[in-house]
Amino acid sequence: MKIFLKRTWLKRAAVAAFSTLMSTTAIMAGAAEDKLKVAFVYVGPVGEAGWTYGHDEGRREMLDKLGDKVESTYVESVSEGADAVRVIRKLAKSNDLIFTTSFGYMNPTLKVAKQFPKVKFNHATGYKRSKNVATYAARFYEGRYVTGLIAGEMTQSNVIGYVGSFPIPEVVQGINAFTLGLRETNPDAVVKVVWINSWYDPAKEREAAEALIAQGADIINQHTDSPAPVQAAQDKGVLAFGYDTDMTRFGPDAHLTGSLVHWGDYYTDVAKSVLNNSWTAEDVWGGINAGMVKMAPYSKKIPADVVAAAEKARTDIASGELTIFEGPIKAQDGSIKVASGVKLNDGEILSMNWYVDGVEGELPQ
Amino acid sequence: MLSVSPLPLPRLERRQQDSQLLRYLSPVLAIGLTLISGALIFLWQGQDPLVGLYTFFILPISDSYGIAELGVKAAPMLLCAIGLSVCFRANVWNIGAEGQLLMGALIGSAAALYFMESGSRFALLFTVLAGAFAGLLWAGIPAVLKNHFNTNEILTTIMLNYIALNLLLWAVHGPLKDPNGFNFPESALFTEAVTLPIVLEETRLHLGLPIGLLAVVAAWVLLSRTFIGFQLKVVGLDASAGRFAGYREKRLVYFALLICGALAGLAGVFEVTGPIGQLVPQVSPGYGYAAIIVAFLGRLHPVGIALTSFLMALVFMGGEMGQMELGLPLALGSLFQGMLLFYLLACDVLIHFKLRGGRA
Repeated sequence: MKIFLKRTWLKRAAVAAFSTLMSTTAIMAGAAEDKLKVAFVYVGPVGEAGWTYGHDEGRREMLDKLGDKVESTYVESVSEGADAVRVIRKLAKSNDLIFTTSFGYMNPTLKVAKQFPKVKFNHATGYKRSKNVATYAARFYEGRYVTGLIAGEMTQSNVIGYVGSFPIPEVVQGINAFTLGLRETNPDAVVKVVWINSWYDPAKEREAAEALIAQGADIINQHTDSPAPVQAAQDKGVLAFGYDTDMTRFGPDAHLTGSLVHWGDYYTDVAKSVLNNSWTAEDVWGGINAGMVKMAPYSKKIPADVVAAAEKARTDIASGELTIFEGPIKAQDGSIKVASGVKLNDGEILSMNWYVDGVEGELPQ
Repeated sequence: MLSVSPLPLPRLERRQQDSQLLRYLSPVLAIGLTLISGALIFLWQGQDPLVGLYTFFILPISDSYGIAELGVKAAPMLLCAIGLSVCFRANVWNIGAEGQLLMGALIGSAAALYFMESGSRFALLFTVLAGAFAGLLWAGIPAVLKNHFNTNEILTTIMLNYIALNLLLWAVHGPLKDPNGFNFPESALFTEAVTLPIVLEETRLHLGLPIGLLAVVAAWVLLSRTFIGFQLKVVGLDASAGRFAGYREKRLVYFALLICGALAGLAGVFEVTGPIGQLVPQVSPGYGYAAIIVAFLGRLHPVGIALTSFLMALVFMGGEMGQMELGLPLALGSLFQGMLLFYLLACDVLIHFKLRGGRA
């Protein structure tokens, strides 16, 4: 609390009034001197599941692994509008390393980073870097391909409902990878998408899932952060895939598995790199191979041979034997979008704004 | 009077006349009760209550940057609430400041993206005017509907909020999207030419706050020193009296809504050309709705509104600070807002009633 050290009458009055406080915090500050201070900015509430919960799990894993070398703090539900700069700036004043965990923090992070050249910033899912801003993301789509393979075997109605957040490449990649997996095991199945234009809005997520079920979907997949779609599937007696964290307990009968993100190793490694001065402003885009993407436990409802096929795909993706975005891939209109044998490169995947064959409806552009 | 209560409970008795003293004392009382309850909650959370209250209410504004941020946070609520108070005084129930703000942000951003290419000296001025005008037109829709089709403005303004939000989302995913932005829903960053000047060095405090304070003065003059302000109040208190006096009610509805729309539109364009610096989907965390609370907490009086918008901003920033410094849950910030509103409404009872202790 450096605030107490500045000299104005206001602060002196505050010091007098809170002298006991000052002495205790001074002792605390002394003890915490050599610890690496790591801060996290969350876009939603930590809650019990979902995107932000996943990041918080990663934070706690980092704390467990690095013990008394680090200490951490977080701020949840920070709006991606004008509030972000204030929160990030305040954190930058008293922390060494800051993770900003949503795309909308990209420009705010860069703005603050410019003013605090000694602080390291790691921004999730963005594409702009600077001297002290690194970026990271997970290849969520790899896990989604595996769920697609399972969905193709499990659907009766051949209609899968997909609750989408924003029509950005990260989400479109997931829809396409899922659909490619789905069509691999069931060429007749189709995917219907509803966009809710929010990452976290349980009411809207549930409504979207219910609308999709009403349109004949017997499996719900989601790229939003709350377990509401899984709960809706449970209540309506259909199946569902969770996302981010294991959502089994929100729909024990509905939940098949889910593509999970796992940030713990990454956060631990980044904190270590700051501790031993090897931090660099690099981009990390890790998948199953890097341990950033995992699968939730498979439901007993899935036949053993389907689980085996899914697991084989998972290990093949990890070993590089299986490439998801490898031609031939058809676009929605049936034309060949990716020629046979051609693999999309990361740049092409990162700017994906088209649907593969099998997705219904038009992608909002 | 029958009083059979066996307990010496205090009773409420209607005052002959509303208490002027309590009209001013009630907010102070409410703040005091909020602080006391807050201290108890901190105790229950295992925190030193003094440290807790200090972190919530003083730490956020303990340096010049913090004070500037208070202005940044308060400015949009202030502009919207001043506009709303003009409407509410005239019994025009405009719930649409949010939509008017979003339209200001949307059209203002479109103008900013257009003018920043042109290199015109008036780029910023045109951008700001475009935003204000967009808010004004958006508020004009419910005004036309109310005046000519007798629709309920509560419903139309709420519905227009959703339409405005979806228009904004469409634009930011479509025509206004940054062409080099990997399809992410954001516009390009605005250039210096269309960025609001900063009024306090090294901070983000922009022209929005001085203009908001100007609006406070203007609203005060309007409501208490002009004939049209008088008419607004008369129509608000008793529409038929206004009609007897020959006031043109429809014109007053237009006036109130258009003023509010322009101010909310300004708030919107100031957010995008000020602290945010580009169009993003999350321009407003509900400023237009918060402004309704601010307007009523401020007693629909311009000075009261100015004070409450700062108070709301402070409570919000305190919530952030509580998380960062003490690891307190985010909900605590919302809890303070709720308590403040609750106590204020409760204390307002004392304006019209007095407490009689014990049994009669």
